[in-house]
Amino acid sequence: MLEGILIGLSAALSIQNLLMVIAGCLIGTFIGMLPGLGPMSIIAIMIPVAITLGDPAAALILLAGVYYGAIFGGSTSSILLNAPGVAGTVASSFDGYPMARSGQAGKALTIAAVSSFAGGTIGAILLMIFAPALSSVALLFHSAEYFALMVVGLSAIAAFAGTGQVFKALMMTILGLILATVGEGALFNMPRFTMGLMDLQSGISFITLAMAMFALPEALFLVLNPAGSAQGSGGTNKISGLRFSRAEGRAMTPVIGRQSVQGFFIGVLPGAGATIASFLGYAVERNLANKDEQAQFGKGSVKGLAAPECANNAACTGSFVPLLTLGIPGSGTTAILLGALIALNVTPGPRLMTDTPEIFWAVIISMFIGNLVLLVLNLPLIPYIAKILSIPRNFLIPFILFFTLMGAYIGQNNATELLMLVGLGVIATIFRFADYPLAPLLIGFILGTMLEDNFARSMQLYRGVGFILERPMTLGLLVLALALVLLPSYRARRARKRAEGVADGD
Amino acid sequence: MSTFGWTRRAVIAAATVTVALGGAAQADDHQVMESLHFIVPGGAGGGWDGTARGTGEALTNSGLVGSASFENMSGGGGGVAINYMIENAASLDNTLMVNSTPIVIRSLTGVFPQSFRDLTLVAGTIGDYAAIVVPADSDIEGMDGLLASYADQGPDFAVGGGSVPGGMDHLVAAMVMQAAGEAPTELNYIPYDAGGKAMAGLLSGEIDALSTGFSEAIALADQGEVRILGVTAEERVPAYDTAPTFMEQGIDMSFVNWRGFFAAPGTSDEKTAQYISALEAMYETDAWEDVRARNGWVNIWNPGDDFRSFLEDQEKVIGDLMTELGFL
Repeated sequence: MLEGILIGLSAALSIQNLLMVIAGCLIGTFIGMLPGLGPMSIIAIMIPVAITLGDPAAALILLAGVYYGAIFGGSTSSILLNAPGVAGTVASSFDGYPMARSGQAGKALTIAAVSSFAGGTIGAILLMIFAPALSSVALLFHSAEYFALMVVGLSAIAAFAGTGQVFKALMMTILGLILATVGEGALFNMPRFTMGLMDLQSGISFITLAMAMFALPEALFLVLNPAGSAQGSGGTNKISGLRFSRAEGRAMTPVIGRQSVQGFFIGVLPGAGATIASFLGYAVERNLANKDEQAQFGKGSVKGLAAPECANNAACTGSFVPLLTLGIPGSGTTAILLGALIALNVTPGPRLMTDTPEIFWAVIISMFIGNLVLLVLNLPLIPYIAKILSIPRNFLIPFILFFTLMGAYIGQNNATELLMLVGLGVIATIFRFADYPLAPLLIGFILGTMLEDNFARSMQLYRGVGFILERPMTLGLLVLALALVLLPSYRARRARKRAEGVADGD
Repeated sequence: MSTFGWTRRAVIAAATVTVALGGAAQADDHQVMESLHFIVPGGAGGGWDGTARGTGEALTNSGLVGSASFENMSGGGGGVAINYMIENAASLDNTLMVNSTPIVIRSLTGVFPQSFRDLTLVAGTIGDYAAIVVPADSDIEGMDGLLASYADQGPDFAVGGGSVPGGMDHLVAAMVMQAAGEAPTELNYIPYDAGGKAMAGLLSGEIDALSTGFSEAIALADQGEVRILGVTAEERVPAYDTAPTFMEQGIDMSFVNWRGFFAAPGTSDEKTAQYISALEAMYETDAWEDVRARNGWVNIWNPGDDFRSFLEDQEKVIGDLMTELGFL
């Protein structure tokens, strides 16, 4: 292994490959910042360029750089504009956007950059040490466990229960699950709930729904609240400190430690990935936090931002395990990377490490370099990026609207998406006026399809719901989900009872 | 299904790259067309996308076509792109749409109201056979073994695939079982939403066998992860001749998942002949051989009227099977 690492190190540290990492990270970050352009489309754009390089190690290093860069850049639009361009950064907007709104955009971006760096680097260390052994972990989960994992993911909505909106949050989750059933699913060869419209056949696209739920109501809200239109939407024109305090750093450290490992292992599972990792990370950290910190979640909590940012980067690194050691792509993005590898005459699988160790190790070493380059490139840029929020609202809103509409359109090249975006956006704005939380709807929508597919598959394999009792790991995960949902409300009730008891006693 | 398209800018960038590559290639003394635009009915990175881009690359690199551009048009399982070809027929000079076996299956099931008859058929250009695989450490050594296990376990014997019930992977598995004398409706087919996830299901032991494309099967067999029990070709495929055909194991069936090109309805015979001659000349070039070998495609050449009769046959075979399976 040591020999392999040295070969990889010398390959990754060649001038050409270092330039590849830097170029890949830069391209990825800047395109990734545009809402609507996720890592998948950016990598697809870069593939012809990578293939002409001819050298598989250089090509893969370039593409991997683009991949981390895009994930890194993607959280920027999530935090600054509440416009998550990829499902994996939705959870980053829960606390990142409130933080940015309260004038701490610079700090939010710094926290995101540091957490991403830590998640990616710790993930790469785990990958380097355990990759060969982890191929069996990747195959540990059957559909039954994936179903249970999605249920655990849904328990992230419990985070919205604390605000006394339990039933509203539940209703919105169910609405999200219902929206996820539209279109032609993986399990039936007939379209459902499309009302005969061909544009609904592939279902509602994630980007359209995310923009409609988050970015559009945000912009409309600003329009409907003309007071302060002239000022920047960052509250004050001054972007206060870019650094987080020592106390905040201390609070983040255990979160980063836990979420790097948890996120990485969720990423290793080919049926899970960065999105699940970020929701689970958010849910778990909220439950582990003490009462005062819990109240901060959703309002700009440092922990609430660090957890998903760290988890999704670690998960992206983890997803290289099934790709490199089994040749199995766990996500659309890794499927494209697999295609590029095969085009370069590299077949990933158990023999990759022995047949072409220089490629295997060069990729892993380039992950360290990539993460470092991203941090070094981005920290100095943060003050300039954060300035976006000091643009007066009457200039910022058209800008947000433009990118929102563009994001929805280029996802599908289909003008109907624009009509759907505006329609759903108006509905979402009404929901916001009625004080219904919109994030649970999006969580339900993202997890709904995977929840249904895995549940139906397990039902078919076990001819009934028997799998819940027959598979201990499934049962264990479902119990965990129950605990994550019930624990906060139980704690809240006990606290309330105690408070009442004191009041009665007086 | 999540699909991410290309921005205009990306299309232009990709086209620029292709043109740049084309410029470096041979002189254009044998150029057949000045430019060609490809409509891809799905997102970037899929099979259709790869076919269109690979073909465009070979045509420009060999100098047969001056420049190629690409447009991704997702939606409706390909129906949006077909609709576009029909509605804008009058203005679609030099435009080809890529498609494959699903155009037959999806028009049968009514996913979209049109069929290949509503377009101008240009040619089927490449194909991929299908295969049935088991994990490399499985006790099943050949189709005999698989049928014995199936007889033994009945509905507990699960065969998976990366398509919906009634989709291509399911139909291939059902065709094999039917040709082996089993009732195709009895087969317990487990659908996954992507080939990669189905492969993970096989290796994790959730399913017993997997119906998949031959090129994916080769990649995994090369790595020692799976054993190929049968391939749907009529004779062993030279690129991987250790994989037995179903026919040589006494199961009389063959199947090819073709990919090919269509033009807008009402395209003149002259123009169609021009498209066909460009594609036919492409086969002889080194540029095409590079692209083909890189992607592991099998050349099939099925132009014009041959293409029509091939599609009509395939429609009948698949239609009969789907009726028997209860999908129609």
